[in-house]
Formats: sequence, structure tokens, C-alpha cells
Amino acid sequence: MLIKLEKIEKIYEIGTVQVPALRGINLNVEKNEYIAIMGPSGSGKSTLMNIIGCLDTPSSGDYLLNQHNVSTMDDDQLAEIRNREIGFVFQTFNLLPRASALHNVELPMIYNGTPAAGRRKMAEEALEKVGLADRMHHKPNELSGGQRQRVAIARALVNRPSIILADEPTGNLDSRTGDEIMEIFEGLHEQGNTIILVTHEEYIAEHSNRIIRLRDGMVERDESVH
Amino acid sequence: MRILIYMWEGIRIAYDALRAYKMRSILTTLGIVIGVTTVITIVALIQGLNQAFSSEISALGTDTVYIQKFPWTMQGDDWFKYRNRPNITVDEADRVKELSRTVSAVAPTVETSRTIKHREKTVERVSITGTTAEYLTTANADPEIGRFFSANDVASNRPVAVLGSEVAELLFGQSDPLGKRVTIGGRKFRVIGVLGKKGSFMGFNQDILAIIPIGTFQSAFGAQRRWVTIEVKAKSPQLIEETEDELTGIMRRIRKLTPEKESNFAINKQSLLLDTYNQLTGTLWAVAIGVGAISLIVGGIGIMNILLVSVTERTREIGVRKALGARNSDILWQFLVESMMICSIGVLIGILMAVGIAKLVAATTPLPAAITWWVAFLGLVFVVTIGLFFGIYPASKAARLNPIEALRYE
Repeated sequence: MLIKLEKIEKIYEIGTVQVPALRGINLNVEKNEYIAIMGPSGSGKSTLMNIIGCLDTPSSGDYLLNQHNVSTMDDDQLAEIRNREIGFVFQTFNLLPRASALHNVELPMIYNGTPAAGRRKMAEEALEKVGLADRMHHKPNELSGGQRQRVAIARALVNRPSIILADEPTGNLDSRTGDEIMEIFEGLHEQGNTIILVTHEEYIAEHSNRIIRLRDGMVERDESVH
Repeated sequence: MRILIYMWEGIRIAYDALRAYKMRSILTTLGIVIGVTTVITIVALIQGLNQAFSSEISALGTDTVYIQKFPWTMQGDDWFKYRNRPNITVDEADRVKELSRTVSAVAPTVETSRTIKHREKTVERVSITGTTAEYLTTANADPEIGRFFSANDVASNRPVAVLGSEVAELLFGQSDPLGKRVTIGGRKFRVIGVLGKKGSFMGFNQDILAIIPIGTFQSAFGAQRRWVTIEVKAKSPQLIEETEDELTGIMRRIRKLTPEKESNFAINKQSLLLDTYNQLTGTLWAVAIGVGAISLIVGGIGIMNILLVSVTERTREIGVRKALGARNSDILWQFLVESMMICSIGVLIGILMAVGIAKLVAATTPLPAAITWWVAFLGLVFVVTIGLFFGIYPASKAARLNPIEALRYE
């Protein structure tokens, strides 16, 4: 079992009012699954993604990621887990604007102390994998949206994480470019990666093998797709 | 290894950020630049002054006192107060010598400035001192070649002269000056000695001078209305206080001053100058430290301000870095390194400017200004302390950002 969520609750306190965002989520994810999380806004999908991505910890419940109990970790331990286990792909790409594609991809390796030479080699390989071998030294503003998202995917891959966590990865792209990005995800899935996708587009979700629908902080439906 | 990677990455990030906002960074460093320039320039000037002053003052000797009409240190209207004092006379010098017990030598001196000639060669504005044989002891005026004049030379008013090294060189070149005739202010003198080289101080060349017997001086250049200085050498530097007391007593006795009357002469000595000098440089130090501290604080606040802006502007970047695995301490160091880099640029410019100013001062004025290796050390201390002190607040603010909110920041 790669991910095991047990009775995950997340309650935000706004002033004296308690707002529950997640109300007892149970979820198991095996290695090499390709999952889409769907749900209307306010359903708690962002909160769930933040918890799975170790950017946040649950108010109660247990989260086991690769046998690590994440729910009780402090900031530094979470940072280390994010670095090793999670590869993020964001809707807005979130590349460093002044750094080249290569340096952007090197970034996660800087924070685990990979020496410069190894960093460069691995970043080059990751960029080749997403088809950007000829764009390595371009800055984000010299790349198209699709190319930027590929850089972001290369960055997510480079540390060989357990999960690739993509939040609306095609949200800022036209549908053709979006399809290209989805093809890359499919390829990654075939190579054995575990992918969790957050989206509100049915046709994007249909690329996955399993769709989890959330409503009001709970799992409404959890179904396999073929 | 990890630390090195972080440091290098920090420097790289800071470099990128500084390059992206060149003007802003330069303006931010201005306060630091001014502070560092001020402090280092003043310190260099004080050091230069100290060197020059200590070499000059050593020529005065710690065991010599000077009985004069005016004290060396006067303020404001003092001059008018002392102006009406009776002049010191050569007779008084003789009486002092006769009466004192704690001194080893007493020499009255008078000074003027004249032209010296030898055949067609001329040296203008030579400082001419008229004195007695004991000047050899009081002023350490031991000639390098030849001899100083004797008590006999003085008593018989012989026209003999001891020359400063540069005068001798200008008049005689390589040839032997001893026994040659020179004309000083129209009178003929025979050269009997040449002093060793002494160098110059504050633009005053100590080697352009001639020393002649005091009686000869007075008959050649007039005896009236000249300020006589009585140079007195104590038996040892330790006895200088006693000598000073004894001389005061003797002078008061000579001048028949009743106890209620103030002394109408001054007893000057090296330490008097030293005290004044130390007071002066003490003030300079205080000014340097004051101005420097103020501009460094202002500069530091500027850096803090710009870093706070930078943290806000780069909130999203911080969020991304955290999502990718940056720990709070990584972010903290990133901004501290940036802060220290802004500081080091300021310090570097400041040091360069101070070196430039010191060179300019040394080249255009007689003031020597010395900048040495400690400047680099001082600079390093500035960078580390200011950079860390004023960087810590913005940096910790950045480090504490919640990654989720930071990622969502528009």
C-alpha cells in the first residue's frame, strides 16, 4: 500500500467558527494507480490534495505514505517527505521566472544536497524525457504554455517520487496542448509511476483508471474506469 | 557538503534577484556605502596623522621643555591676552642656566628666514636659527659631518654655520662643504658642519635650515623684537615635571613676580601637544563612529525594507520552493545570504571609495592617509553583522510562510 488515509478530518477555525473541510476520508492507493479526484468547489478536493501532498497535516486521522506516518510530522520532516516522495504539477506551472528550464528542474535536487554535476545530468535526462532537450537553457517566458508545463513535469519527476500530484495540470492550456500533456501523464503511468490528478473536467478524469468524487468533505463515489 | 550547496544556491538566487532589480539594489546599498566610506576614510586619516605626528613629535624629545612667550595650545582670544607679556630674552636664558639644578643643557634660540648663497647657487627661504653651543644637546643637532659650534665660537661671535642636509646638497652637490664660504642674508659665514637628513612633515622641510651662533645672528639680523625660545633639556625624561616646576620658579624669580601674580611666560613641552592631539583625534574618532553608526543603521533599515518587499513579491516563489522540499531554514538562509550580499556590495563600494579618497588626500595634501589590511577585516565584520542583524526579520518572515497560502498568493 502506497497511500493509506484513515478517517482523515480537517477542520479550519475561522475566528471562533469551526469549518470542517474534510469529514472522515478513507482512501487506499496502490503503487502505479492513476487516480482522478473530482468534485465541485468547496467539496474539499484542494484540502485533500494538500494533505496527500504533505503541504498540510490533518486535524485528526492517520495518513501513511510509504509506511511513514505523515500526520504527526513537523515542518522539516514534511519538507523532506515532499522532496523525496511527491512530485507536484500545478495549474499555473509555478516555475521560477528568472531561472532556465534546466535550473528549474534542478531545484528539488538542491534541497536534498545532490552535488551539482549529478544534478545537471539528472535534470537533463528529465527534460529529454518530456521532449525538451532543445529548450533546456530557455527561461519560462521564452517557452509556450505546454512547454512550461512539461518543464514542471520534468521537475516533478526528477527526484523519482512515489506520487506525481497534479492539480488541474491542463487548466491553463488549450485543449490540444492539454491532450499532449495528458499523453505525457499516460506515458509516465505506463512506466510505473503513481499519478493523482485533481480536476473538474470529466474528459481529463477519463484518462485515469479510477475516479474519486468528493462532496462536502466526504467520498461520494469511488469507481474504476476502463 | 549540503551546507556548501545551500550557500552556493543562496548566492546564485541572491545574485539573480539583485540583477533583476539593479537600481533598487544600488539605492539600497547607498546607506551602507556612505557609512563604510566615512568610517574607513576617517580611520585611515587618523592612522596617517598618528604616524606623521609621532614621527614629528619624537623630534621634540620627551625630556625637553621650551620657555616661550606663548603657550603652544591657545584658544580663541588667548593670543590677545598673551600678546602684552614681556619677550623672553637671551639674558633670561643665561640666568636660567645659572640657577637651575635639574637641567643638563639650556639654549636660547631665535629664528628667521633668509636666502643662502654659495657662488652662483642660491637657496631661498632657509630657516635660520641663532643659538648657543648647548643647542647640540637640547635639539639633538649632532652634525653628520664636521662639528657643531663651540661655546668659544658663540662667545667670540664667529661667523660659522651648520647647514641642513638639503641646503648643503643644493649648494655644494657632491663636493665637500666643510670650510666653504656661504652668504646668509648678505653676511659671510664659514660652513663647519652638516646635519643628517630629517625628512619633512606637514609640508615643512626640516632639512632646509642653517644654525649660527646667537650673537652673530643678532648682529647680522637685529636683536630687537625677536621671540626668543629657551630650550631646556632635563637630566632625564622622568625629571621633566620637576624641571618644569623649577623653571617656573626660576623665571618668576628672574621676573620678580609676586605670588599673587600670574606667570607671564609659558613652559611648553611635547606632552602638551600630545594631549591636544589626542583630544582632537578623540573627537574625530567619535565623529567617525557616530556618523558611521547612523548611516549603517539607516542603511540596514533600507536593506530590511527592501527585503520585506522582496519577500512579499516572491511569496509564490517561496511557496514553490517549499513544495519542492525547501525547509524553513533553507528559505531563512536564502534571504540572509541575499541580505549579506547587498551589504557586501555596499561594503565593497565603500572600501573602494575610501581607498580612493585616502589616495587623493595623500596625493593632494601633506596629510598621509593609511589604509591597511584591517580594512578587509572590518568590511567582513560589517557585512556579517549588518546583513544578519537587519536580514533576520524579513528572512524569518519568509521562512515562516505557510506553503499552501504562499502557493495561492497572486
